[in-house]
Amino acid sequence: MKPQAAAALAGQWGGERAGAEKQAVAARSLRVKAPPRTLILIAYLALLLLPIYWMLNMSLRDNNDIMAHLAFYPQHPTLQNYMKILTDPGWYMGYVNSFAYVSINTVISLAVALPAAYAFSRYRFLGDKHLFFWLLTNLMAPSAVFLLPVFQFYSALGLIDTYIAVALAHTLFNVPLAVWILEGFMSGVPREIDETAFIDGYSLPRFFIVIFLPLIRAGVGVTAFFCFMFSWVELLFARTLTITAAKPIAAVMTRTVSASGLDWGLLSAAGILTIVPGALVIYFVRNYIAKGFALGRV
Amino acid sequence: MRKTLDNRAWFLVLPMALLVAFNALIPLMTVVNYSVQDVFDATHRTFVGADWFREMLHSDRLQAALFRQFVFSGLVLLIEIPLGVAIALVMPRKGGWATSLTLVLMALPLLIPWNVIGTIWVIFLRPDIGLLGHFIDHTLGIHFDYPTVPIEAWVSVMLMEVWHWTPLVALLAYAGLRAIPDAYYQAARIDGASAWAVFRYIQLPKMRGVLTIAILLRFVFSFLIYSEPFVLTGGGPGDATTFLSIYLVKIAVGEFDVGRAGAFSIIYFLIVLAFSYVFYQVLQRVGAGEKA
Repeated sequence: MKPQAAAALAGQWGGERAGAEKQAVAARSLRVKAPPRTLILIAYLALLLLPIYWMLNMSLRDNNDIMAHLAFYPQHPTLQNYMKILTDPGWYMGYVNSFAYVSINTVISLAVALPAAYAFSRYRFLGDKHLFFWLLTNLMAPSAVFLLPVFQFYSALGLIDTYIAVALAHTLFNVPLAVWILEGFMSGVPREIDETAFIDGYSLPRFFIVIFLPLIRAGVGVTAFFCFMFSWVELLFARTLTITAAKPIAAVMTRTVSASGLDWGLLSAAGILTIVPGALVIYFVRNYIAKGFALGRV
Repeated sequence: MRKTLDNRAWFLVLPMALLVAFNALIPLMTVVNYSVQDVFDATHRTFVGADWFREMLHSDRLQAALFRQFVFSGLVLLIEIPLGVAIALVMPRKGGWATSLTLVLMALPLLIPWNVIGTIWVIFLRPDIGLLGHFIDHTLGIHFDYPTVPIEAWVSVMLMEVWHWTPLVALLAYAGLRAIPDAYYQAARIDGASAWAVFRYIQLPKMRGVLTIAILLRFVFSFLIYSEPFVLTGGGPGDATTFLSIYLVKIAVGEFDVGRAGAFSIIYFLIVLAFSYVFYQVLQRVGAGEKA
């Protein structure tokens, strides 16, 4: 019998023994010894991380050093690229701007999606199926289609170059996504809970906040994560609707780099810094991430 | 789940409906408006009916971009879906630090801003400073210069797209696999089922729902792709990697040709809509089948 830790690492589908036997069955039926699944997984993860590692490598080197020769690791590691970004407001304000509109967007999306998802999961009403499909079409609408009219519309409203403009524009796809995920999670809660609460004299808003929200808090967390994610990675709207005051970091990157004649080290450092917040938020939702990607339907 | 009929539920969806309408309907009406007019300036415009549509539908460049887009999205599905399922099958099933670490690492590419994805691959693929570009060009001795050779530009964009999004398919398939009770595997073992039979008759049917979502999301997102290839190749060389969104932005923002861009937008939107509708119907049926 293998030690427990090794078995956990080997990662078998049907428990330790079942997995071992299953592998034996697999080997018998295929008559070839396939490489152990753990090795395949490690190889895949290594390939997945390689391009990111390469950028990290670049970010720790001076631009002249980068252009001079190829190196698998920084021989003269320097933090000067990071120092420049973290001390120059022209750079770090990009991060502040991105965080501002992403946060506003997440709050707005959750606020309107929560009651809507509850309605879709609990009630039938006039036109519900059509409304839901219309909602999803906005998730699938090409941003490029809406780009110009949204820009003109927001210009007319005087919203250009504000956080709220980007946050509002991103609700176009984040609200449908939030409703879709939340509806999946809410439908997993038995209806009897609602009915019992109503018999006990709870009003709908009170029931929703006191009883229902705690029950689906994992779903709310996952939804917030997805709103954060899609608002964070989108750039077409974010770049078009901002000029300087609300410019997202990813757009600052492209602009500054073209002006200074491509400083690969600086570009890489900025890129690496855009990955960090994502990595932090994934950690918090790691146990629900698979269920979330399945839109709460597993 | 049985639902009660209550039209007061409209009050609950109203804020959401108003917000989405504000963002979707008003701009969409503007697009429709543009698509049937010839706009000279703020005050001079004439109604041209379906002229822009007729012209765009016969445009060689649009047809080429459309063809390119379908090839691209088709290849994305053909490569990413089987690969994602394969990766999900080798992921550890039981919880624990190894599982958490795997999930976090796999989700990482999904949280990188789309233009940074492009930047990562520029840095990775350039023959002078990129690891892979240098490896192909110098170590393997195959001349590699993706910005000037169309086929290499294509391979580069595909590689980037597979790297970026296969984790999504794997995570979805993994969610489906996790939902299979141990008893199924035990029964299969008692029956002496082969690994292939376990996959074909237990794992694959249980993954049907999540795989439908995966196919829907992957088709739609690959059909809308803009930032990543724009940063990597700029749509070039020539028009070689100009997909629909890149072409549309070129017309709308680059040339500010709002009539043609409007007509193009409507055609583009309708294609996405048609496919989404089919997928949505399939998804509803799969969902209903699983609940029954």
